[in-house]
Amino acid sequence: MISQNVKILIVAVCLLAFAYIVPQSGSFVVLLATRAMAFAILAMSVDLLLGFTGMSSMGQAAYFGVGAYLTAVLATKFHFGMGWDFWLVVVMGILLGCALASLFGLFAIRAGGVYFLMITLALGQCVWGLAYRWNSLTGGDNGINMSGRPNFGLDLGNEVTFFYLVFAFFAVSLIALFVLVRSTFGRSLAGIRERELRMQILGYNTWLHKYIAFIIAGGFGGLAGVLWAHTNGHVSPETVVLTTSVDSLLMVVLGGAGTLVGAAIGTAIVFGLREFLSTLVPWWQYALGGVYVLTILYLPMGLMGIPSRFRQRTQGKDEGAKKLATKPS
Amino acid sequence: MNTQFWVVQAFNGVSYGALLFLIGSGLSLIFGVMRIVNLSHGAYFLWGGYIALSVINFTGSWALSLPVAALAVALIGLAMERLFLRSEGLTVLRTGTIALGVGVLIALAISAKWPHLIGGAHWIQLTVLGAIATLAMYGLFSRISIVPVDTDVLRQVLLTVGFAFLFQQAALDIWGGNNMDINPPPAFTQSIVVGGVYLPLYRVFMIAMAVAIGIALWLVMEKTRMGAAVRATVDDAQMARGVGIDTNKVSMFIFALGAFLAALGGVIGGAFLGIYPGLDFEMLPLAFAVVIIGGMGSLGGAAIGALAVGLADNFGKALFPEVSYFTLYAPMVLILAIKPTGLFGRE
Repeated sequence: MISQNVKILIVAVCLLAFAYIVPQSGSFVVLLATRAMAFAILAMSVDLLLGFTGMSSMGQAAYFGVGAYLTAVLATKFHFGMGWDFWLVVVMGILLGCALASLFGLFAIRAGGVYFLMITLALGQCVWGLAYRWNSLTGGDNGINMSGRPNFGLDLGNEVTFFYLVFAFFAVSLIALFVLVRSTFGRSLAGIRERELRMQILGYNTWLHKYIAFIIAGGFGGLAGVLWAHTNGHVSPETVVLTTSVDSLLMVVLGGAGTLVGAAIGTAIVFGLREFLSTLVPWWQYALGGVYVLTILYLPMGLMGIPSRFRQRTQGKDEGAKKLATKPS
Repeated sequence: MNTQFWVVQAFNGVSYGALLFLIGSGLSLIFGVMRIVNLSHGAYFLWGGYIALSVINFTGSWALSLPVAALAVALIGLAMERLFLRSEGLTVLRTGTIALGVGVLIALAISAKWPHLIGGAHWIQLTVLGAIATLAMYGLFSRISIVPVDTDVLRQVLLTVGFAFLFQQAALDIWGGNNMDINPPPAFTQSIVVGGVYLPLYRVFMIAMAVAIGIALWLVMEKTRMGAAVRATVDDAQMARGVGIDTNKVSMFIFALGAFLAALGGVIGGAFLGIYPGLDFEMLPLAFAVVIIGGMGSLGGAAIGALAVGLADNFGKALFPEVSYFTLYAPMVLILAIKPTGLFGRE
């Protein structure tokens, strides 16, 4: 086993190398990396719920969507958020994500297992329905086209500058979530994931813990949405659609639930595969579907779980792999 | 907004509900019996419509397309259930299928990216390359033990969504991306007049069909030995196994039945929804709404849920177009929050 400090060091070196190499690799790679990092923040928020609290949310795209729509509506209808006030929009996006999650959480948290999955699906569809149909606000099916990115001395229209901004947000989110899951609060979440009843008997208010985790995840979802809107310059109901939520779940499972870094790696792989293959062949969706099927059947602990699976195999304890698979509450 | 408006909208809602019953009842049974959340159910609906189109193109018979499409999709569903949703048996076949799929994709990718490497993308090179890749993949995957999906809801969801993507892309490759219509026989395109209101005969047929299927399902579930076995499995699979019910066979039967019903819905619904890429993920959340409102595993619940969703969808679109989907999904949230098992579901 590698010690925790060495792991942190490896991640930090990888991040710095990433920030150094990508801007030199052409505009296509820069744009791809920017998109992937914005989405990775959403995936990490899913990981906070799935990997650390044991709640598999099928509606995380809702917070992503409100963040993105907030940015687009403010920018096009009120010309707000295109200068220094961009930072205000970021704060508003986070707060809106938190607010929506605190509302949705009231309905969702008390349900467990498959019912939690269903209720978050329904909540996500509520937001999608509004985005799809509320023409006067959201532009309906066509969505909203934004013109240009904010410029506050720092011209975000420049792809590389914008890449560094999103990279900073990504790194800060990763660190913040890492600190969160290592805190006492994060430890109690892991306890709830493992055995909620035991935590209740120990006197923890598990509902409140889950509720707070849900709200925090919503906030990160909102932040990811704000960045996503500026990355693409276009927001449509596609942003909020069910498959966005499911994609983010897959990315977490592919990388390895409960690792945060795994969520980012999963996002990078899915985005890389999709962008690389879609320029090459028309059937890239086979590859995406294949990744889903193969991950679930062969890699239940994700890529980050390969070392431990391998270790088990060499020790001849293959049966134990199943027990280590991610367990929803 | 006179009486006629309400009558016509209610009629449209009920007939849409009839269609939703077909797709929702199968989903509900699959969950109730097998505890599987099946996100490829929308794909079954889409494939039912597409296969029916091919049958109509080939034979010209609309009546024939109904059973053929439904049975074909039932077989697809059966294969999926046997190979990928069960953990025991058929290891060689499962690994072989996966290896073949991955192998073909690798061969196609290489021939698209580096055609010069294999001396041009001719079909001979493609076949040889595909065969080699398949064998290599088989060697690889047969060494890794599969981790059974069993009752892990999240992994079921992701696995079936993966299949939904595969089905979607395959449909696009086979039938193309155009919006197509299934034309029912001309006799169905007329309208009947009831009390001064014109009712399209096709929608009357849809309602009749759903009622007939609903009654048939109810009879099978309540009056036959198989139905009793299914109900026992819904209530307590472990006890059912204990008293000698072959729950393996029951779940096979139910999965095929669910796929059959969804495909039937695709053929019938294709006439007024059209058949187009993306229809699968449009119908899927609606099917879930039906199941959730009615309660998972309950046939009567699915009927009530389908009616509720059909009416809510129609009146929502007519009365509050801007928030119409919200008026559909918000009640679903409320029902789930108050009674998670749905109106007629059992714990």
